Amino acid sequence: MWEYAPAPESRDIANLRPNYRMFVDGQFVEGSGEPLKTVNPATEEVLAEVSTASQSDVDTAVKAARRAYDRVWSKMPGSERAKYIYRIARQIQERGRELAVLETLDNGKPIKESRDVDVPTAASHFFYHAGWADKLDHAGYGPDPKPLGVAGQVIPWNFPLLMAAWKIAPALACGNTVVLKPAETTPLTALVLADIIAQCDLPPGVVNIIPGAGDVGAALVGHEDVNKVAFTGSTDVGKIIQGQLAGTDKKLTLELGGKAANIVFDDAPLDQAVEGIVNGIFFNQGHVCCAGSRLLVQESIADELLEKLHARVSTLRVGDPLDKNTDVGAINSREQLAKIKELTESGEAEGAQRWTSSCPLPDKGFFFAPTVFSNVSQAMRIAREEIFGPVLSVLTFRTPEEAVAKANNTPYGLSAGIWTEKGSRILWMAQRMRAGVVWSNTFNRFDPTAPFGGYQESGFGREGGRTGLEAYLDV
Amino acid sequence: MSDRVTVAKTYKLYIGGKFPRSESGRSYPVTDSKGAFLANAAQGSRKDARDAVAAARKAFPGWSGATAYNRGQVLYRVAEVLEGRREQFATEVAASEGVALKKAQSLVDTAIDRWVWYAGWTDKIAAVLGSSNPVAGPYFSFSTPEPTGVVAVLAPQQSSLLGLVSVIAPVIASGNTAVVITSQDRPLPAITLSEVLATSDVPGGVVNIITGRTAEIAPWLASHADVNALDLTGAPESIRADLQRSAAGTVKRVLRNKASEDFSVTPDLSRIRAYLETKTVWHPMGV
Repeated sequence: MWEYAPAPESRDIANLRPNYRMFVDGQFVEGSGEPLKTVNPATEEVLAEVSTASQSDVDTAVKAARRAYDRVWSKMPGSERAKYIYRIARQIQERGRELAVLETLDNGKPIKESRDVDVPTAASHFFYHAGWADKLDHAGYGPDPKPLGVAGQVIPWNFPLLMAAWKIAPALACGNTVVLKPAETTPLTALVLADIIAQCDLPPGVVNIIPGAGDVGAALVGHEDVNKVAFTGSTDVGKIIQGQLAGTDKKLTLELGGKAANIVFDDAPLDQAVEGIVNGIFFNQGHVCCAGSRLLVQESIADELLEKLHARVSTLRVGDPLDKNTDVGAINSREQLAKIKELTESGEAEGAQRWTSSCPLPDKGFFFAPTVFSNVSQAMRIAREEIFGPVLSVLTFRTPEEAVAKANNTPYGLSAGIWTEKGSRILWMAQRMRAGVVWSNTFNRFDPTAPFGGYQESGFGREGGRTGLEAYLDV
Repeated sequence: MSDRVTVAKTYKLYIGGKFPRSESGRSYPVTDSKGAFLANAAQGSRKDARDAVAAARKAFPGWSGATAYNRGQVLYRVAEVLEGRREQFATEVAASEGVALKKAQSLVDTAIDRWVWYAGWTDKIAAVLGSSNPVAGPYFSFSTPEPTGVVAVLAPQQSSLLGLVSVIAPVIASGNTAVVITSQDRPLPAITLSEVLATSDVPGGVVNIITGRTAEIAPWLASHADVNALDLTGAPESIRADLQRSAAGTVKRVLRNKASEDFSVTPDLSRIRAYLETKTVWHPMGV
C-alpha cells in the first residue's frame, strides 16, 4: 500500500469572507430573514454568516426579475444575450480555483472533484448555452420561440455551483430572468457566481440569488409573478411543489431522487467494472441523485466481484476534503449523516450483511466510512429508499430478464449502469431501462450537450442539449 | 322505405381489446343535441378505470417495443377502416354535436386526415427529437425519445370525433398506451372508434375507452400509481386543480391543454412531446 503525504490545497484561495449577502437587482443587499451560519462539514467550524431572504425579499427579487425581463432581457437580441453568457463562462474558468476551494469548504466534497468536475462542468454549461441564445429558431420548436418570463429556481446542496449553472444558463439563453435559491447548507459559491455575474455587467435583475431555507423556496415557487419553476432536490419536496403549482399556469420541471441499478454481467471486465461501481456510489460521498446505489451482479461472479470491490474500497482515502489525495470527503450535514446512519442500521436490522471500510476517519466533522451491503433483498429499505450517502446495496440476478425486472422495480427512474463486453446486450438492456440516463461501461458522466433527467418519480423535463431548452421556452 | 325493424346497437366499454359492460352494471341515456334519445351508454366506474389501466400496462411492453414502422402501419390501417365507416361517423357526429350532415362529414374527413398525419410520425419522432450528443470526452452519447408509459386521456367534451382522434393518436403514435374517458354527453363516436380500433390490428389494451361521468372517473386515474401521464383537455374546470394535485402524488406528466383548443388546424409536435421521455445513453470509445 502506498503512503501519501498530505497535499492540502490552501484554503486562502477561497477568499472566504465573514459575511455574504444576497444578490437582488444587481446589488448585494442584506436580507431581512434570519441570517444563517454556513458550516464546513469537514471541521464543523462556521465559515461565514449569510443573509437570507424574507417573504418580502422574495417579492422584491421577483419584481426585479420581472422589471429586467420586461425592460431589458426579453427585448435584447439573442446575439447580445449570448455574449453576456459567454462572459460568465469565461469568468468561472478564470476564478475556477477560488470556486473549487470554496465549494469544497462549504460542501465537504474532495477538492479533486470540485476542481475537476463541478467547476469545469459549470463553466461548460454556460459556454454551451451561450451559443443557443441566438439560435433558438433552429432548436426544433418552430420559428422564434418565446421565453416564459421569470424563472424561480431551487437547487440542492450536493453540487451547489454546478446546479446553479444547470439552472441559470439555459434560462438566460432562452431569454428568461432568474430568481435562484441556493441550498441552506451551501450558499457560498452561488453568491460568488453572483459576484461574477455582477462583474460581467449583466443588467440588474436578470439574475437574483436569495439564500434561505425551505420556506424561502416555497415562497419563491408559489409567487404569483413567477412563470417557470425549476427544482432539483428530493422526490418528497418535488411532489409538494407539483401539488403547490396545481391550478396555476406555471411551467414546471423537476429533477428528483433516484435509486439507480448498476448492472454487472458475468462477461464484464471486472477491474473496470469495479472502478465504475466505486465511481458510481462513492463519487461525491454518494450525494448524487443518479448514484449507482443498487449493484446488480450476475450470480456466477458475485463472490469474485465482491472480493475485488472490498479490496478496492479499502483503498479509498476518506478525510480532509482539501487534501488532493482525498477520495471521499465529508457528509454535507449532521442531518444527512444521521439519515445515512439510520438507513444503514435498518439494513443490518433487516438482515443484510454489512461490510464497512476500516479506513481511519477524522476526529471532527461529519464522516461516514464507505459501506457495502450484500445479501440485500428487494424488499429491504436499503434497496428501495434513496440513502444519498456512501452506501452500496448489492443484489444478484441470473438472467438478463431478471436484471431488467429488478432494475426497473422502483418508482424512481433517473439512471442505470450496464457492464458487459457484449454490444448487442448493452443496447438490449439500455432499451429496457426505465431511466433517463444509461451509462454503459462507464458511470456518472455529465455534459451540457447530453440531456439529463428522470422517468417516473425521478421527475420530468430534461437539462442539457437541445431537449433541455424546452423547459425554458413557451412551447 | 322498408318497414324492417333495425338492429339497435349496444354501446359498451372497450377494455383490453374486449367490449365489456361496466362492472357497476350502470348505464346512462345519451341524447342528441336536441335532447332526443339516441342510446344507452355504459357508465364506467372506478373499477372499470382500474381494469383499463391494468390492460394498458399489460399492452405497453409490446406496443412500445414494436418497431416504429409496424406502429405506423397499424395506425394507417386504422385510418383505412375509419374511411370505410365515414358515413356512420358523420351520422353520429351530426347527432352528437348538432351540426349539419355536411359539416359533420367535413369533421370526419379532418379526423381521418389527422389520424393519417400522426400515423406518419411514428418512424420520424426519433430522428426529429433525438440527438447524437457531442460530449467533451471519449464517449459516444446519444439521446432517444421513448414513450412515458400509460397515459390517461380526458377527451374533449365538445369535439366528439375530431377532438377525440386529436388527443388519442399522439399518445399511441410514440408507443404509449392509453386509457380514455370519452366526452360525457357525446360518447357515441368514441364507441364506434373503439370498434374501428378492435378491427384494425391495434393490439388489445393499447387504447381503452370508457364512457361515463368524467368527474367521477378522472380522480381515480389522476391518483393511480400506474398511470404515467394525464391529459386534462376534457377535464371539467371545477376539478382541474384537484386532478393536478392528485397527479403530483406520483409525479405524473400533466398536459394542461384546455378544451378551447382548436382541433381544426394541423397540430405541432407538442402533444407528441408531452408523452415522451428522453433517454441518454453513454458508451466509452476506445480500442
